[in-house]
Amino acid sequence: MATTLAKAADGTESATHAARIDHVSKSFAGPAGQQLVLDDITLDVAPGEFVTLLGASGCGKSTLLNLVAGLDRPSAGEIATDGRPALMFQEHALFPWLTAGKNIELALKLRGVPKAERRERAEELLELVRLKGAYGKRVHELSGGMRQRVALARALAQESKLLLMDEPFAALDAITRDVLHDELTRIWRETQVSVLFVTHNVREAVRLAQRVVLLSSRPGRIAREWTVGIPHPRRIEDTAVAELSVEITEELRGEIRRHGQH
Amino acid sequence: MASTDSTTVAKDGNDLAGLEAGLDALETRQTSRTPFRQTFTEKILPPVLAVALVLAVWQALVSFKVVDDPTKLPAPSAVWDVVQTAWLQGELLDYIWTSVSRGLLGFLFALLIGTPLGLIVARVKFVRAAIGPILSGLQSLPSVAWVPPAVIWLGLNNSMMYAVILLGAVPSIANGLVSGVDQVPPLFLRAGRTLGATGLKGTWHIVLPAALPGYVAGLKQGWAFSWRSLMAAEIIASFPDLGVGLGQLLENGRNASDMAMVFEAILLILVVGIAIDLLIFSPLERWVLRSRGLLVKN
Repeated sequence: MATTLAKAADGTESATHAARIDHVSKSFAGPAGQQLVLDDITLDVAPGEFVTLLGASGCGKSTLLNLVAGLDRPSAGEIATDGRPALMFQEHALFPWLTAGKNIELALKLRGVPKAERRERAEELLELVRLKGAYGKRVHELSGGMRQRVALARALAQESKLLLMDEPFAALDAITRDVLHDELTRIWRETQVSVLFVTHNVREAVRLAQRVVLLSSRPGRIAREWTVGIPHPRRIEDTAVAELSVEITEELRGEIRRHGQH
Repeated sequence: MASTDSTTVAKDGNDLAGLEAGLDALETRQTSRTPFRQTFTEKILPPVLAVALVLAVWQALVSFKVVDDPTKLPAPSAVWDVVQTAWLQGELLDYIWTSVSRGLLGFLFALLIGTPLGLIVARVKFVRAAIGPILSGLQSLPSVAWVPPAVIWLGLNNSMMYAVILLGAVPSIANGLVSGVDQVPPLFLRAGRTLGATGLKGTWHIVLPAALPGYVAGLKQGWAFSWRSLMAAEIIASFPDLGVGLGQLLENGRNASDMAMVFEAILLILVVGIAIDLLIFSPLERWVLRSRGLLVKN
């Protein structure tokens, strides 16, 4: 269960971590008894930090994100977050019975923002994701990239200290994804929100993050960590991005290869 | 070299906005209204032709004396005369209103009972296990079977009519809502939970609106069942004091061996049932589906 740091300790500690994952393990009941999915994960996200969790299928990265989001409980260990985190999915998860603007307003309403302020705040958030004028649009009238931007605006409407992103751009075409990488970087720097971003795409991880955390698969363990010092704005074709990607890809391949050996 | 660098950097901000605007424009599909002409030839003309064909065959059967007995098959014109007479005597609207007011009021009651019932069955596991199967089973029971017990319990009065309507329509409405709730994508529930919509808030803001298409389908079927149940009740339990509805009109026609009146009643029952569906339930369903992009024009 995600407890709030501010509650767990005195007010000063809430500022030192956006999320603290402390020796967390998770197992599920499988056909062959209990199956360990996450094994002793310890990871901190500092306020304003951008961390990507990288791993192949079956590394439990989405499971970890669900635990941090409070949608599931760890089998062992503790997770503490600074308030309730916002979560963005691979599918936009926008509600089709509401317009783009009303989707954002619902998030504001559930957070207790007074009715009089919601409309204006929603318009501001739409402007932040460069969708001014999309307030009255229905979800099905928007393109894939626009939907993810509305979903991002809705997540930002929660004003959480921590934004969890579960492969949010995986279903988009390459050009749109590239543009959204730039957008996300810009918005992250503007809002100073902490981001924990899950992906299986090495270049995406390197292009976005300050820190890349590689998870091994079955069970998921932290295999290695890289600090990415490449200055922004980064481009997907930057040589520095490419070089680090090659290095991380080698490591990831090594992790995957291990599974074929027995 | 330096100059190209600086332009790239300066361009970067604008460039992104421009690129994004371009992508948005390219990927947004334009939808337009169908011209009336197309609606007419594709939607209105075919059913009108079909009805005209049926009338033509009917008239031919009478004209060419294939069926020569007006007590078996009256001419369309004879039926029309009966309808016209009823209209001129001011009775036609009375017949229709008696039945429609009963049907709609009964349906409204069914709505008030079926909606919370469906929600409880959908959300509470124990209740679902207990009465879910009974509720689905009741849907396949012809509601005419409820008329005899309702007459014995409640007597020959309007309450009996409403009871039969309720027993016919409540299961449909409740089941529609249950299947609507069952079909809510789990992703919406998860998204709702991360936004803080849990418990009753989750039901109100996420589950109910997400279940609306199934619910509206249930309402549509509920109306069809209401109307059928009511007609069964009116035919079987016709009693002069109750006022003459369309079911009683049919029964009166049978008693008087007046085939034109029987046909009049059947046609009116059919037309009213279709009209209510076309005027209320179909537009409601289309609106719900279209606003969610579930009704794609091809």
